[in-house]
Amino acid sequence: MQIAARPATGGTILDITGDIDLAHSPAMRKALLQEIREKKTPKVFLNLEKVRYIDSSGIASLVEGLKASRDQGSRLILYGLSKTVREVMELSRLQKIFEIHDSEAQALAS
Amino acid sequence: MCLVRATVERAAEVLHFREADARAIVRSVDEALANVMRHAYRGRPGLPIEMSCRKLQLGGQNAANGGIEILLADKGVPVKPTALKGRPFEEIRPGGLGLHFIRQSMDEVEFSRKKGKNLLRMVKYLSPTPQVAASEGEQKCR
Repeated sequence: MQIAARPATGGTILDITGDIDLAHSPAMRKALLQEIREKKTPKVFLNLEKVRYIDSSGIASLVEGLKASRDQGSRLILYGLSKTVREVMELSRLQKIFEIHDSEAQALAS
Repeated sequence: MCLVRATVERAAEVLHFREADARAIVRSVDEALANVMRHAYRGRPGLPIEMSCRKLQLGGQNAANGGIEILLADKGVPVKPTALKGRPFEEIRPGGLGLHFIRQSMDEVEFSRKKGKNLLRMVKYLSPTPQVAASEGEQKCR
């Protein structure tokens, strides 16, 4: 899995590429929490367009990121979820608590 | 893990599972392996997990269309039955979702412990294909 950060309107986009599983979710968690807690970025956009797979540990990292963003009064915005990722979100019944958009343009305009 | 996921996905394809069901099987195996590594082996790397897959024959018990049986065995610490519940969905917190994913994705899930090993048996049955369902419908109308 690879994570790259780039600036965006009002915040930062984290581009995630690869599988978010037990081996890789700690790296995503670290990147997310760094952006939210340390850099205090007001809007963190998580680009999941190139994520083929996410497991429960990846979902747990997203939940932790969401809680951190709520504590900071910032926003965590997800977009570009594949069928597989969307399915796991639905299984976890968490899709309604996250801010999810189909595309980068929609996420940035939100 | 990605190698195991790819292998299981291929096995599901060969057995003609639909895409969504193949993803469900892959997800279950992945979550089960992660649970063994995290809980039974407490995060220690390089310990053995045995996995076997078996094609269920057509017409077997509960398997009118066949299916797949996956067995996992590990030599980790015994799994406590109370640890096999998962967390309530309404609690929004990290963790405790893996077991829910497995139970929601598979038709049968059984845990046991035999001869010093934790055993997990998971079964997924093949759903009737639209063609099969249609032909069955035709037969009933005659």
